[in-house]
Amino acid sequence: MNHLNGHKVEVSNLRTWYGAKEVHHGISFHIEPNEIFGIIGPAQSGKTTLLRAINRTLEFTAGSRMEGTIKVDGEDVQRTRDVYGLRRKIGMVAPLPVGLPLSIFDNVAFAPRAAGMRDKKQLRELVERCLTQAALWDEVKDRLDSLGTKLSGGQQQRLTIARALSHEPEILCLDEFSIAIDPVTTMRIEDVLKVLRKDMTIILVTNLTQQARRLADRTMFLWNGDIIECDTTDVIFSDHTKDKRTYEYVNGIFG
Amino acid sequence: MSTSTLENPFAPSDFERWKQRKVTISKWIMFGCCAILVIPLVLILIDIFAKAAPVLSLDYFWDNPTNKGKEGGLWAPLAGTFSLVIGSLVIVTPIGIFAAIYLNEYARHGWMNRIIGITVTSLAGVPSIVHALFGLGAFVLVMLPGINSIFADPKDPSTLWQAGLLTASLTVAVMNLPVVITSTREALAAVPMTFREACWNVGATRWQTIRAIVLPNSLSGILTGVILVVSRAAGETAPILFTGATFFKFVANEGWDKIFPYNLREPFMAMAMHLNIISNQISQMPEKMKFGSAAVLILLILVINSFSIVLRVWLRGRKKW
Repeated sequence: MNHLNGHKVEVSNLRTWYGAKEVHHGISFHIEPNEIFGIIGPAQSGKTTLLRAINRTLEFTAGSRMEGTIKVDGEDVQRTRDVYGLRRKIGMVAPLPVGLPLSIFDNVAFAPRAAGMRDKKQLRELVERCLTQAALWDEVKDRLDSLGTKLSGGQQQRLTIARALSHEPEILCLDEFSIAIDPVTTMRIEDVLKVLRKDMTIILVTNLTQQARRLADRTMFLWNGDIIECDTTDVIFSDHTKDKRTYEYVNGIFG
Repeated sequence: MSTSTLENPFAPSDFERWKQRKVTISKWIMFGCCAILVIPLVLILIDIFAKAAPVLSLDYFWDNPTNKGKEGGLWAPLAGTFSLVIGSLVIVTPIGIFAAIYLNEYARHGWMNRIIGITVTSLAGVPSIVHALFGLGAFVLVMLPGINSIFADPKDPSTLWQAGLLTASLTVAVMNLPVVITSTREALAAVPMTFREACWNVGATRWQTIRAIVLPNSLSGILTGVILVVSRAAGETAPILFTGATFFKFVANEGWDKIFPYNLREPFMAMAMHLNIISNQISQMPEKMKFGSAAVLILLILVINSFSIVLRVWLRGRKKW
């Protein structure tokens, strides 16, 4: 693997469009290995699009376009030969839970199977480990054959997290994962994230600024497709931010 | 019964009474429209089956027609219709479904795709006689001479490929292709996009996503479309008129030759064609034979359609979200 400069993800001069609408106006930042990188910002500021550009699912949207480079482990995602390998390297958790219309077991085993894992014992172990990591195992261990879509919203979201972990990603992207789940479960998953960071880099997109404050090492404030400020979380949530808007946003007096 | 002399506090106001009247009136108007639709249908069915009753029996399905269809049963045209349906399905199902999968899942959803979509939908509305003429031109007048120049022995007429089951199946397939493509596309599009995105996010290819998620969850819609074209293939006369159907072909009265009477390169009999000819081309045709064929054709389509409804209900019951 190619760790030329040691950055896990390096984005330079990223510009993206949906049709004629420009989303990012040339943003550059980098993410270090094993850090929790928080991205905060209001709706329509390009947070989700950024994640989709990183794992190259942006190209599934008709009319989308990007310029600039995104490097994951030093490899340009636009030029990678193995886009499926790239996507497996990045676990993605969408804001709204998506239980695939398969059994709970198959939901988690889907990605390893798609990557060619056939061994039943290996799959069982993997499914158990991922569900445990996502704090769901105890609730579903007796009904792994029932449908994933029949779970409650919060359980489905944890199932989604388990699925994102099932292909053993090096980067875990959480896109406002806590919208659909209750505060207690949110805290449990946050505890899980603190453990997972030993093994992977975590990108945490969140609308809850306090969540970024609790978890993130560094936080980026994205607004209307521009980076307003990107610094250690302590600085972003202090009263001496470089940009006045950051202070106003995190303190809820944004106007 | 009222124990109280007080005015009923829940009595409707004038406005509410007027509203209620409007609801009632509009309900009956809509019921009337529905009746206009249903009553003639029921009358037609009763009329046909009443007049067909004297001939309807198991033998009527199993015997071959004799004396220009004035006597005997309907086996030969029934077998032809079955062969035609199967022949056209073998062609139209894979092509239609894979074309729809390509258009909906792989192709960019740009202006080109939209134009193709509109074209396909319009083709589904083109009268069947137009498809028939296309089949005549493309398959009977161009494809058959080509096949014959390669495979047939010019000195032996029995090796010649004639306008027959093959050309008719192809024509009916062409006629039904747009219907299958359109209905399959709709069924595929009904599977939520979020499922696909979730699969792509974990590194599944488009085909893995289609196999595991999209196809299993759109199967009921796809099958409904396919079964609908079965009844079209069985019922349409125009597309087979010039492309292979014939009014009379000798069919053996027993043995395997009776069960599978036709081969691909020879003309065949078909229910729609048979009904068409015996109802207006042959003099002194007994009424009961005309209505008998009509009743059997209707029964055939009813059976296919009820099968499709049962299948759809069953598959929808298994829907997983």
